[in-house]
Amino acid sequence: MLATVAAEFAYWQTSIFKLLMAFVAVLIPAGGTVYLYLFKMVSFLQSRLGPMEAGPYGSLQLVAEVGKWAQKEDVVPSRADAFVFKAAPYVVLISTFLLVIVVPFGPDAVFADFDTGIFLALAVSSISVIGILMAGWASASKYSLLGGLRAAGQLIAYELPMVLAVVGVVIQAGTLNMQGIVEAQTTGEIFGWGALGHPFILTQFVGFFIFLIAVQAELAQTPFDMPVAESELVTGYMTEYSGFRFLLFFIGEFATANIFAFLASVLFLGGWSVPPFIMDAVPGLAPQVDGLAAALGGTTGVAEASFSPWFNLIGPVVMAVKMLALTFIVYWVRFTYPRFREDQLQSFAWKVLIPISLVNIAVTGVLKVVF
Amino acid sequence: MIHLLAQEASPGAMSDTGIWISNIFFYVIAAVAVVAALKLVTTANVVHAALYLLVVLSAVAATYVILGAEFAAATQVLVYLGAIMVLLLFGVMLTRARIGADSDLDHEQRWIGGLVAAGLGAVMVYSLWEGFGSDKLPADMQPQRTQMVSDEIFSTYIVPFEALSVLLLAALIGAVVVARRD
Repeated sequence: MLATVAAEFAYWQTSIFKLLMAFVAVLIPAGGTVYLYLFKMVSFLQSRLGPMEAGPYGSLQLVAEVGKWAQKEDVVPSRADAFVFKAAPYVVLISTFLLVIVVPFGPDAVFADFDTGIFLALAVSSISVIGILMAGWASASKYSLLGGLRAAGQLIAYELPMVLAVVGVVIQAGTLNMQGIVEAQTTGEIFGWGALGHPFILTQFVGFFIFLIAVQAELAQTPFDMPVAESELVTGYMTEYSGFRFLLFFIGEFATANIFAFLASVLFLGGWSVPPFIMDAVPGLAPQVDGLAAALGGTTGVAEASFSPWFNLIGPVVMAVKMLALTFIVYWVRFTYPRFREDQLQSFAWKVLIPISLVNIAVTGVLKVVF
Repeated sequence: MIHLLAQEASPGAMSDTGIWISNIFFYVIAAVAVVAALKLVTTANVVHAALYLLVVLSAVAATYVILGAEFAAATQVLVYLGAIMVLLLFGVMLTRARIGADSDLDHEQRWIGGLVAAGLGAVMVYSLWEGFGSDKLPADMQPQRTQMVSDEIFSTYIVPFEALSVLLLAALIGAVVVARRD
């Protein structure tokens, strides 16, 4: 029913809708997690109330903050490289928006269903490093340059375990396509018992933990916040930024945290789908035999079962719940642990995470062949 | 030749409008790539040159997407933008990265360099023209499946693939040996 409605829109109409939805998918979760976790959760962890004045229970604090930033003067240091300085926050934001287009929120609710979905996501996530290096260099400040270089070194080091952690999931799912990974987890069975499907966190828990650690480091969140260590580098590459451009970095940081959480929920927690026993219990959710199967199979080439079109509405909610659970871990760790030293940080990536993830790949490959 | 490339762009059986739009996108991306490449060799700042190279490489990745070669595009972004360019910028910024014009970036031999580049360009245009000329791709061309790429690599081209990986491994070990002077 929903599928037929969707089919009546022209290509340009769906394109405009997708463009608007990309902004929704980036900005709403970012605002939500900043309020829920950065303002409120950390306050409760530290036995205080957090913002209470703006709006009921401080819920409009973020609007006030954005207004504050938007009206600040846009300062460019006099010796800075003005164009590169101004462009850098947008490069970081472009990386965020390119990341969100591969995330599926439902059987049809996907911005672009790339054949190489997760591979493309890992590729574009590294574009933000370029923005950070640009910001660090163009600011013409020692703090900024050091922060940018530290960020680049750290992001290169932790990108590798992240990619390697995903390889295990890709081996198990047998596809790089995000929809294919969701489907493999929904239709999968654990020793012939299919009620729960087969969320890859059960078999790829090593990969899951490595992925979460690497995400924490990619986002330069504590304990991996050496690039923006305020006690020695002010705020690293962001030191010279003010007003709206600082806000762009801020949005980029928190939106990317959410999108990595979305990616992790697709890879390890079953994505927008729900376990089959819920699907069987709720009328109308049970997989259909044909109709949508042809449509889905035509686009991904891997789809065998077909999902109820209601998942286009349920999917985003399921994804939001999983995303909130995962970002909770990110901020919980962020506000709990002290900072790694630079050398500990590098050796942790190269000497601990990468060997473990390589072993994980080897074991997964052997088990995939055996079973 | 350029027209042919743009026609190849149509993922699946595409309408005339689709081909027309992908043509426009191809020309825009090609223009960006050419302008950025020219600025890359004429700019007087080494970091600016690196950033222009970045634009050129992204434009090439965008062309791959238009051609329906998603895997090549993603690899281009991962390897060139995400790794090589980051490493290059990292190295440049760590060693010499003045802000503003750098006088010693220019070179006495720039005219010879220009000649060589023009000659190389002429050879490439000629060979592509001779090789493909007025060839047309089938109208119902599908985007290249990643599975097709991997099947080809691990069956038809398995020997060159393994030889290349051994070569890269040897280069890697060689780099470690050269860099470590214990």
